[in-house]
Amino acid sequence: MSQITITHILFLSTALFFIGVYGLLTRRNMITMLMAVELILNSVNINFVAFNKYLYPDNLNGLFFTIFIIAIAAAEAAVAIAIIINIYRNHRSIDVEDNEEMKF
Amino acid sequence: MTTTKIFRAAIFLLFTLIGVAGLYFWLQVEFVAAVQIIVYVGGIVVLIIFSIFLTQQSGVEMEKPSFQRTIFSAIAVLCGAGLTGLLIYQHQFAVNSGNTMDDSPQNIGTKMLDYQDVGFALPFEVISILLLAAMIGAIVIALKSNAEES
Repeated sequence: MSQITITHILFLSTALFFIGVYGLLTRRNMITMLMAVELILNSVNINFVAFNKYLYPDNLNGLFFTIFIIAIAAAEAAVAIAIIINIYRNHRSIDVEDNEEMKF
Repeated sequence: MTTTKIFRAAIFLLFTLIGVAGLYFWLQVEFVAAVQIIVYVGGIVVLIIFSIFLTQQSGVEMEKPSFQRTIFSAIAVLCGAGLTGLLIYQHQFAVNSGNTMDDSPQNIGTKMLDYQDVGFALPFEVISILLLAAMIGAIVIALKSNAEES
């Protein structure tokens, strides 16, 4: 615990966040973009827990934010997958380049 | 650079989420680690794998992103990561090592239902309503085309 400081954990979460951003920018499949969003939310959770643990250990605000973000991520994934399956039924494709009706 | 098989991407996501849960165990926030494993590994990844089975033909590889998009995305991501890493490296964090965090499930449950100044009863209720709305919304969206066909 003494050798690994908060800086190292923040480097890890930065790497995870930007891997998620890279996936979001390069992928054109809706399910993989959803996976990239999950990575981004996870890196935010790591940040909240690390700040709570190292900087403000006398209260639990970061922990509660993490738990609420996990709940919101679950709801978001359920709604997103329902939308993706509905789009697949109508268009037979979940590539964002093939679904341009709502573009303008 | 990245895998073109979507099922492998889902399995890699599974192990990444388990690794994040391991980090939570190492940080000694066992409750969050347990919630991470239950919700993400047990819920979201299974949901994603099922939706892959419903929407993709097995063995079909996704097309690779164009070279131009890969290059510009990599440049943007590396610039952002470099800037953020520099800021983290230079900032001196005022680490509070005196106290220890009381993250027992008992304390978390007490705080979550506490409506006094330090409690989280209102966000807890809002999250409950949001989950209910999301569940109903997901069911309605998924049922819509069936009703139209019949």
